[in-house]
Amino acid sequence: MTRRPLSRILAVTSAAALALAMAACSSDAGDAEDSAGTTAEPTEETDDAAAAEFPEGSTMAGLVEDGSVTVGTKFDQPGFGLLNPTTNEPEGFDVEIAKIIVDELGLSAEDIEWVETVSANREPFIQEGRVDFVVATYTINDTRKEVIDFAGPYYQAGQDIMVAAGNPLGITGPDDLAGTTTCSVEGSTPAENIRTNYPDAELTLFDVYSKCAEALKNGQVDSVTTDNVILLGIIAQDPESFELVDNPFTEEPYGIGVQKGDDDFRSFINDVLEASYEDGRWAEAWDATAGQFAETPEPPAVDRY
Amino acid sequence: MSAILDNLDLYWSGFLTTVSLSVLAALLAFALGTVLAAFRVSPFPPLAGFGTAYVETVRNTPLTVLWFFMVFGLPLLNLTLPSFFVAGVLALGLYTAAFVCEAVRSGINSVSAGQAEAARAIGLTFTQSLRLVVLPQAFRTVVPPLGNVWIALVKNSSIGAAFAVTEITAVATRLANSNPADVIAVFLGAAVAYLVLTLSSGLALEIIERRVVVLR
Repeated sequence: MTRRPLSRILAVTSAAALALAMAACSSDAGDAEDSAGTTAEPTEETDDAAAAEFPEGSTMAGLVEDGSVTVGTKFDQPGFGLLNPTTNEPEGFDVEIAKIIVDELGLSAEDIEWVETVSANREPFIQEGRVDFVVATYTINDTRKEVIDFAGPYYQAGQDIMVAAGNPLGITGPDDLAGTTTCSVEGSTPAENIRTNYPDAELTLFDVYSKCAEALKNGQVDSVTTDNVILLGIIAQDPESFELVDNPFTEEPYGIGVQKGDDDFRSFINDVLEASYEDGRWAEAWDATAGQFAETPEPPAVDRY
Repeated sequence: MSAILDNLDLYWSGFLTTVSLSVLAALLAFALGTVLAAFRVSPFPPLAGFGTAYVETVRNTPLTVLWFFMVFGLPLLNLTLPSFFVAGVLALGLYTAAFVCEAVRSGINSVSAGQAEAARAIGLTFTQSLRLVVLPQAFRTVVPPLGNVWIALVKNSSIGAAFAVTEITAVATRLANSNPADVIAVFLGAAVAYLVLTLSSGLALEIIERRVVVLR
């Protein structure tokens, strides 16, 4: 290769690399400018008033000053956190709970930046501060409490079993799963529960529940097991093909994940939750979302630990 | 660290699944890929057309889409496979066959035309000249690209985690969820497991290449 073609190639490559770097930098700068612009004048006065309600240096005061909240939620759980492709915003019970909390901060739903937190990402995102809190069908358990803190619970789900319409194998509870194939998601608490307590059931593990539903329809597995609300969401989308055994055999308290040690923020959220139980906002949020295909339960007592 | 050390048996079973999935898929891919390469260079237009159509379709379809079709699409056509592992072997093998075909075909093209002509001149048929004269020489030159394809296949096997094959990545996902404090360590462990496979493959390939290289 002669000298000139080589230097031309180097010039083109470095120009491309520079263009990529500038695009990356400018998109970050563009976002920063946008958010600064929208929160600048009109809300400054109300921001100061709202920030004055919260203790200096607390997470709440910080969020009010920033004028925006980053919330982690699911984008693929019907009834709890499901992305609406036309509006590009998630919708569901978890989303409504998050909106109630943000409302109590003095901000509006438009100030929320939604981030998808799949099951495995919930703790890392909270720890890194990528999200301010997580409302994402998030079961409270002690292992998770070692790295993050939970406000709530705001809903009590339970592990249940979904079978093909007509229940051909006559499954009435987890003990009937022995000798059959049941489907769940890799790494989930329901899967771990079956593996530990019902080892005679053969587990098939995908990465998302929609694949489990597909496998059940094709007869490749005999049942799907996870929290009853997730199952109800799947059934709501295809009621002809599935039915719920309706015999919950665990207690899955759903909580709101916040950074470890942030007791002020946790108390604040617990206060907001209790207030919403009293004044009906919690029931309203349920009726508008998961209540479309599930009964309205009693709100669970929050755990202030 | 404890997340890795307490779960070595799980890592080991995932490792074995990755190895068996990769080896079986590779056997399918290399066999089918060589046949497809023969199709593409053959003087028989329908075969050549089939070979080209196969490569163009499969090479341009993401492996995840292909795997999804193998697992959930085939039952809709009334073709049930014995297990999700078999579906995985098929998906991975059929996908990689397209890449093997192209690598082998480039090797065939690199064998001087004189060889094929001489084979024809002594009366060998097309298949015989491929099998006895051209392919042995072609394979010797394509050891590096085929090695690439093999290593890519090993890493592509991680897609099995999304399709009910409990290999290394599935094990890492499971452990990351049950050990939220050690997520990075868990995935480092998975990376090391893959490195054991790919680095040793690289060494083996070096040895093979040195032995069969065509000295010009």
